[in-house]
Amino acid sequence: MQGIIASVLTIAFVLIALLTSSAALIWAERSLLALWQDRYGPNRVGPLGLFQPVADMIKIFTKDDWVPPFADRPVFVLAPAIIVITVLTAFAVMPFAPGVLVADMDIGVLFFLAMSSLSIYSVVLAGWSSNSKYALLGGLRGAAQMLSYEIFMGLSIMGVVLLAGSFNLNDIVEAQRNMWFFIPSSGLFIFFPAGLAETHRLPFDLPEAENELVAGYHTEYSGLKFGMFYIGEYLGVTLIASMITTLFLGGWLGPVLPPAVWFILKTGAVIVVFILLRASLPRPRFDQLMGFGWKAMLPLALINLLVTGGIILALTDAPVFPGGGNAEPL
Amino acid sequence: MSIAAASNILEDLASRFGEGAVTPEPTLDSVPTFWTPKENVLEVLEFLKTGVEGPYRMLYDLTAIDERTRRKRQDQPGSDFTVVYHLLSFDRNEDLRIKVALKGESPSIPSATGVWSSANWYERELWDMFGVRADGHPNLRRILMPQSWEGHPLRKDHPARRTEMERYTLPLEKEVREETALRFVPREWGIYRTEGNGTEFMFLNMGPHHPGTHGIFRIILELDGEEIVNAFPDIGYHHRGAEKMGERQTWHTYIPYTDRIDYLAGPLNNFPYVLAVERLAGIEVPERARVARVMFAELFRIASHLVWYGTFAQDLGQLTPVFLTFNDRERAYSIIEAVSGFRMHPAWFRIGGVQSDLPKGWEKLVKDFIEYLPPRLMEYEKLVMDNAIVKARTRGIGTLTLDQAIDWGVTGPNLRACGIEWDFRKKRPYSGYDRFEFDIPTAGEGDSYARALVRVEEMRQSLRIIEQCLDNMPSGPYKSDHPLATPPRKERTMRDMETLIAILSVLGPVVPAGEAAVGTEAAKGNNTYYLVSDGDASSYRTRIRTPSFPHLQALPLMCKGFEIADHIAIMGSIDFVMGDVDR
Repeated sequence: MQGIIASVLTIAFVLIALLTSSAALIWAERSLLALWQDRYGPNRVGPLGLFQPVADMIKIFTKDDWVPPFADRPVFVLAPAIIVITVLTAFAVMPFAPGVLVADMDIGVLFFLAMSSLSIYSVVLAGWSSNSKYALLGGLRGAAQMLSYEIFMGLSIMGVVLLAGSFNLNDIVEAQRNMWFFIPSSGLFIFFPAGLAETHRLPFDLPEAENELVAGYHTEYSGLKFGMFYIGEYLGVTLIASMITTLFLGGWLGPVLPPAVWFILKTGAVIVVFILLRASLPRPRFDQLMGFGWKAMLPLALINLLVTGGIILALTDAPVFPGGGNAEPL
Repeated sequence: MSIAAASNILEDLASRFGEGAVTPEPTLDSVPTFWTPKENVLEVLEFLKTGVEGPYRMLYDLTAIDERTRRKRQDQPGSDFTVVYHLLSFDRNEDLRIKVALKGESPSIPSATGVWSSANWYERELWDMFGVRADGHPNLRRILMPQSWEGHPLRKDHPARRTEMERYTLPLEKEVREETALRFVPREWGIYRTEGNGTEFMFLNMGPHHPGTHGIFRIILELDGEEIVNAFPDIGYHHRGAEKMGERQTWHTYIPYTDRIDYLAGPLNNFPYVLAVERLAGIEVPERARVARVMFAELFRIASHLVWYGTFAQDLGQLTPVFLTFNDRERAYSIIEAVSGFRMHPAWFRIGGVQSDLPKGWEKLVKDFIEYLPPRLMEYEKLVMDNAIVKARTRGIGTLTLDQAIDWGVTGPNLRACGIEWDFRKKRPYSGYDRFEFDIPTAGEGDSYARALVRVEEMRQSLRIIEQCLDNMPSGPYKSDHPLATPPRKERTMRDMETLIAILSVLGPVVPAGEAAVGTEAAKGNNTYYLVSDGDASSYRTRIRTPSFPHLQALPLMCKGFEIADHIAIMGSIDFVMGDVDR
């Protein structure tokens, strides 16, 4: 019983923390972009414009909840929910601090990959059900982009899995006590662009591409449903940044400060890089993006995997898997 | 533009078509002008394009004049409508006007689309505005007015003011009818696609309200996946009847309207207008005004290019540059505001000079700006032009060959990007441009990146010109002593009655009858005002030849075979403004 209460409390805590932080992210992104673009950014609502997300929320909640008459109604309504649900579920396996995680799964990495793959449905279904050409083109782009970047996103993590000898994210963090994994495994440099593509943010925001496709897959959305996509994007950014922290930057490990603070600091730093990229880079064309994925990233991911594996084999004569190579099939 | 050259071409025409086939007409702007009967106009045009030495390779402009209420027409054959072809020869650096006299209420001419591709839209405009049909035109439909419009606006019997028309109402059925008329029906655009194993392409309606189209411009893309099979631009949503207003406003009060043609570079529109009026009136502009005008024009060239720079990067998905360049433009505007009192549309040029003298301390403002901008341009160079993704997105995209560019009437930076050094500031120096030291940047590739390169370099050259203006600003009056200079100089109004009347009554001079066209190098290309005066206080016909109109016409040619994303990049690179297209 006590266990259940503890779990429920953890879930509630994680949910509230995530939703608050993604709201804060809206403010952070707008302020940072403004800083880099020689303008003020939000500065009207509250001190430093900090309550801007609250004002946005009120606006979005009170807007007319309109579904275009030509849309496929049930799917249209379902699509924005999918992205929020899948991203939030993916956080279940995320170790924020020792012991602070919702589900300590041995297949944590695979669970994350599965959930982030499911979030494609949101983009595809939104594009399809809107029954609009711009949304359809956005949805198609989204599907193709995420399918291809999924592949080497998975491959780039495998180096880390080899090093840690586990799919469990907690174990992966623990295994980084001596050295953060971005040093021995260059998977970070593959995972990062893949994460950008996964969250479809500039420069990989082709499914939205407002100069070309108006707003891409969510062209027809407004009000709260649009807000779901909006929050979903920021949750996605937080997810990828937390994942990078956990897999490559030692997770909550760090001296002096409490582990949770380290986790937040590292994740925050990664998010700032995300925003900086958005402020500085133009958007490649669709075929260039796909070409980059298949022709550059995939071979790199495979080479990275081979090299990492080779190094491990060379350095350790002990069996790679804890459990002496007799690991039970999952 | 010497008389000898004119007689030369007259001889050529006479020897080819027989003595008396064409009739020369003397004009105030000394552009050789010939009247040709409608029957052999196509042959004459074809001959001038290909048959003569130093051929007239570009159809620079094509318009008409409704002559039915004109009184002073010495040396001209009688006509109800006159169609005017304005040709341009790069080899001769000369213009040529061919006029065709048409009679009757529903006149027609043979279509020149077979001779020049650019004739297409001009002939549609002719039909739309004057009701002059072009026989043999592939798709003769209205271009600027709605398809449901009745009458032809530039005819003299069409009302020019709201009060002359019936009260406007929009009942529901009319609204529905108008909206249905806007629906894209491929057959109306001459598309009958039945071939090709039953494949159907998707039509994507882009605009008139689309973030990538820079204003209210509509284009329908025929898509195979994301690849563009064909494109159909639909313009006219920004049409404000500027040419019709020219016939209504006095010579003087029309100046602010010209500011709003290419609304990003107002004085570059004022420039050809006031020059043309001064040519008609025979006004010599004092030195100080000439140099001040040049300085103003170049500031606005920079302002316009800065907007282009930011939005071009924005079209490629880069968020930041547009904020930075707009910021810089504001600094240019601060100078303009200090000088003229306005920011975007200063209307500072006057017939015979400028509105006011340069204010005290203008030197410091200009000096600060020319010191401030070059490092910023270096930064943008790194941010935009040197960026690998920008290069990948624009190199080899939307390429125009020089021949295509000339055939489609492309001018300005877009033409120079195809490898020809053609700039009116150098070729036909006006307002003293010949005394400035500057280079004309060109590029050879003719693609989107080359167009961008040319513009970026032009900003540096404009800075050079401004610096020379700063160092060599002559002293003296800022407005001419000529009695037709408007408004007249204050000292004069206190002395003689005529100028006092002029300033008290209509604020407008009566410009002697005649015709003159003056072309200048505007920010987006060659801008020409062709003015016809009937000896009145306002113009009889104001023709505005804008660069963006032909540029936009060439857009389908540039984007065929590319993707939607490329299409946006191409639109960004040709730098058009809808006010400049629709007028």
